[in-house]
Amino acid sequence: MAELTTHTERPTATGWASPYVALVSSRLRSQFAYRRSFALDLLGSFGVGVIEFAEIYVIFSSISVLGGLDFAGLALLFALSNISFSLADLLVGHLDRIPTYLRAGTLDAFLLRPLPVLAQLVTSDIQLRRFGRTALSIAVLVVALVVNPITFTPATIALLVITPIAGTAIFCALFVAAAGVQFWLIEGSELANSFTYGSSYASSFPTAIFTLPMRVLFTFVVPAAFTAYLPTLLILDLPGPAWTPAWLGWFSPVAAIVSWVAGMLIWRAGLRHYTGAGS
Amino acid sequence: MSVATLAVLTQTGWRRWSTYRSAALAGAVTNTVFGLIKAAITMGAVGAAGGQLAGYGPIEGATYAWLAQALIGPVNVFWSNDLVERIRTGDIAVDLSRPVDPQLAYLSADLGRAAFTFLPRGAPPLLVGALVTGLALPANLLPYLLGIVSIVLAVIISFACRWLVSLAAFWIIEMRGASTLYLMASNILCGLIVPVHWFPDWMATLAAATPFPSMLQTPIDVIMGRDTGLAALWLIGVQVAWALGVLLAGQLLWRLGTRKLVVQGG
Repeated sequence: MAELTTHTERPTATGWASPYVALVSSRLRSQFAYRRSFALDLLGSFGVGVIEFAEIYVIFSSISVLGGLDFAGLALLFALSNISFSLADLLVGHLDRIPTYLRAGTLDAFLLRPLPVLAQLVTSDIQLRRFGRTALSIAVLVVALVVNPITFTPATIALLVITPIAGTAIFCALFVAAAGVQFWLIEGSELANSFTYGSSYASSFPTAIFTLPMRVLFTFVVPAAFTAYLPTLLILDLPGPAWTPAWLGWFSPVAAIVSWVAGMLIWRAGLRHYTGAGS
Repeated sequence: MSVATLAVLTQTGWRRWSTYRSAALAGAVTNTVFGLIKAAITMGAVGAAGGQLAGYGPIEGATYAWLAQALIGPVNVFWSNDLVERIRTGDIAVDLSRPVDPQLAYLSADLGRAAFTFLPRGAPPLLVGALVTGLALPANLLPYLLGIVSIVLAVIISFACRWLVSLAAFWIIEMRGASTLYLMASNILCGLIVPVHWFPDWMATLAAATPFPSMLQTPIDVIMGRDTGLAALWLIGVQVAWALGVLLAGQLLWRLGTRKLVVQGG
């Protein structure tokens, strides 16, 4: 629908990006307007990261190796997984509010504007407060890089650069796919959360602890293992468990592209299915 | 105010939540998906510890994870903003004009909510758990009877704690900081993320000084028969003490808060 409208009808003096720049900057201005409130939200997001890390801390207070990784290794895995997920959550996490838009009929307003609906939705509510969790993950990453026995070769550094980018892209694609499914499910936001947050949770643990069907599910169906676990194995120079060897870690960009294709197909099918709230 | 009034409020709580069946189903799926992951983690941790970790074998570890996922719906160890919003908007004035004690009225409604969510949100994770990992549950009836008492007390304690923290809205406008702190404390210390018995000493001591283990760890311990006989009764006694103590604190704070409250308009 909205995609069919051509952009040439608009005054495009400053290029195609200008409406998005305007949207994003208005969101950022409104979020910075109440500074103390924003600071508290950042702290809250940081706190969520602390809860997540507490789990690993408590588990490792009584054991020393989990799924082939020690505490330092798991901290690296946690950091990579959480950096990607929190960045995806910051960029597109608000897509899980689609059920509210559908119920209230506010989605129709987006359909009327001459810009792709998904791009509008993404730029309309970027949540900078979620950077709190990213900040915690980056801190954990720095410590993990120091305490793990890592030989910094060009390959390791390339992995450390590629992994968060590919991981963020994969989680973004999962959010988009989950949002696309919402067009069929009414009141299904929690279901979508189990898909996105569940993948994020699974990705912060070594896939080796799962049974084979779950390992295959979280590697080849939902590519959670590509966001952190497989690259972590490569960085730490460890072999992978059966069916998911470590060298797969180099393929996280491929997993990201495949996820995006699948996510966009689901999103487009969902949007075509949408018939309006009658408002 | 009579018991009959409160019973009606419990029924309305049940009705309010049973209206949204698909939401209950979505919640059950979420709890089950997380149960699969959590059971794998606890079993992995028990395996890494050599097959036994603080009294949990692999199946006991998995059972713990499944029971926790089954109970978080009814017990609600998360946060709810209802009362905070009512205080902020002034709707609380309506509650004050009713001839029912607000705390008991809301508690009754919350018990109705918990009673409804018990089966639709609790049964699916346990069924999947029984199929996927197997469950280590006692064969005699007594732990389950005590378990039901313990779950009801857990629901009351969880409500009482959320009520108490929500009342801070009488004094502070921005509650997000307080609710985040509460969420962190309750999620970690109730045993949702890992059993309290696995905590390092300093965290175990900290948890024991709070009502949070009584919300989740205690009912699970009672149902799994980890504590039986007098030990189980002692745990339930601790729950009763927390329930009464936190409810009473809520009553006192409510009086202080309403004395300060000014609602504009008519």
